[in-house]
Amino acid sequence: MAEDPVAEPMLPRPYRVLEVKAETADVTTLVVAPIAERPIIDAPTDPRPGQFNMLWVFGVGEVPISLSGLRADGTLVHTVRSVGAVTDALSHLAVGGVVGVRGPFGTGWGVESAAGNDVVVVGGGIGLAPLKPVVEQLLENRDDYGHINVLVGARTPGDIVFTDNLEQWSRLGAGIDVEITVDAAGPGWHGHVGVVTDLVARAQVDASRTVAFVCGPEVMMRFATRALREQGVPLDRIRLSAERNMQCAVAHCGHCQLGDVFVCREGPVLDAARLLPLLGVRGR
Amino acid sequence: MTERSIRDLLGDHPFFADMAPEHLDLLAGCGRNEMFPAGAALAREGDSAERFHVLRAGRVAVGIHVPQHEPLVIATLGPGDVLGWSWLFPPYAWRFDAEATQETHAIGLDGVCLREKCEADPALGYALMRRFAQILVQRLEATRMQLVDVYGKARDG
Repeated sequence: MAEDPVAEPMLPRPYRVLEVKAETADVTTLVVAPIAERPIIDAPTDPRPGQFNMLWVFGVGEVPISLSGLRADGTLVHTVRSVGAVTDALSHLAVGGVVGVRGPFGTGWGVESAAGNDVVVVGGGIGLAPLKPVVEQLLENRDDYGHINVLVGARTPGDIVFTDNLEQWSRLGAGIDVEITVDAAGPGWHGHVGVVTDLVARAQVDASRTVAFVCGPEVMMRFATRALREQGVPLDRIRLSAERNMQCAVAHCGHCQLGDVFVCREGPVLDAARLLPLLGVRGR
Repeated sequence: MTERSIRDLLGDHPFFADMAPEHLDLLAGCGRNEMFPAGAALAREGDSAERFHVLRAGRVAVGIHVPQHEPLVIATLGPGDVLGWSWLFPPYAWRFDAEATQETHAIGLDGVCLREKCEADPALGYALMRRFAQILVQRLEATRMQLVDVYGKARDG
């Protein structure tokens, strides 16, 4: 559970959909606001980048979805990829629809602990969603951080999420580099082609003063971590967000358990030194 | 640009990191500076592979020619990368197309010249072969990751 305990953590609270934005053919961003008088978030600073909420589509089911944006007005921003019944239903919600929300749960990225360092952000596919508020926090406190590398991988150009944000960040110029690569390109694509780990290997990184935040499919995170280590970045300065089957979100049910770690409570963000050995165990 | 400066540029390139100074001297003797404007071809599939390119700036798209279609780009390379290993193995012909997508600066190394030097100096040949083997391993690994389709949909919640 988060540091700030969530009252009645198993009780979904109704939120109304305020905005719907199609990011790609199968990725949708929802902005929702509390219907009840008492919002789930008591203070605007409560949610942290890296935390997740359980989103409930009534009559369908519940899924863990990371916060993809932090707003001071108590609204929540979530970006959902349609991969199953619940996420399909979330993706088809219209403005005015109602969704149940429990949370926020889990650890955050601990962005502020990277102050004084260069930062490498590596996002693969929908893994960029929980990293978007990381970049936003870095930019809001720009003077606290050194060089920022934002490295993004996607399956095809049509699968790149947050294209407006990426373009905006890349226009900021000195001090932040944004590189995007796709596994498979089509006509009209003039960017990088190849896996995101190639971008990590090519990035100008001062390993002695770098903290990395990585999110994406587990295979991608393993290889990205290896590329960062080959650049000299130590494991305890590489933070990963584990994607697991969170169901209760309060470390009771054990569905998300990975070794001795309840990912919903001690994660989803974990140091690579802690997470990688767990991901390397076969037969899970 | 003098030969000495080519030697220095090679020495600064990550591909040649930790290479023996005497080997860098030998390599530099086979090198020349190159500049390719955007759209220029660096290689055409089937053409004789007489050189490889140590990329210093710009971007190169490696692709497969598809008749009556735009080329199918399979990888892009940039500063710090090396384009071309076909010069090292028979039949010494390019396996893929390569085209500069930005103005690209490189050092071109004459493969015929290098092969002769490698035959005469097995230590140089081994040092080069190790580096190209590493590139082949990295590209094989990247290709496997692309084949795995890590971003593909696994049905879930």
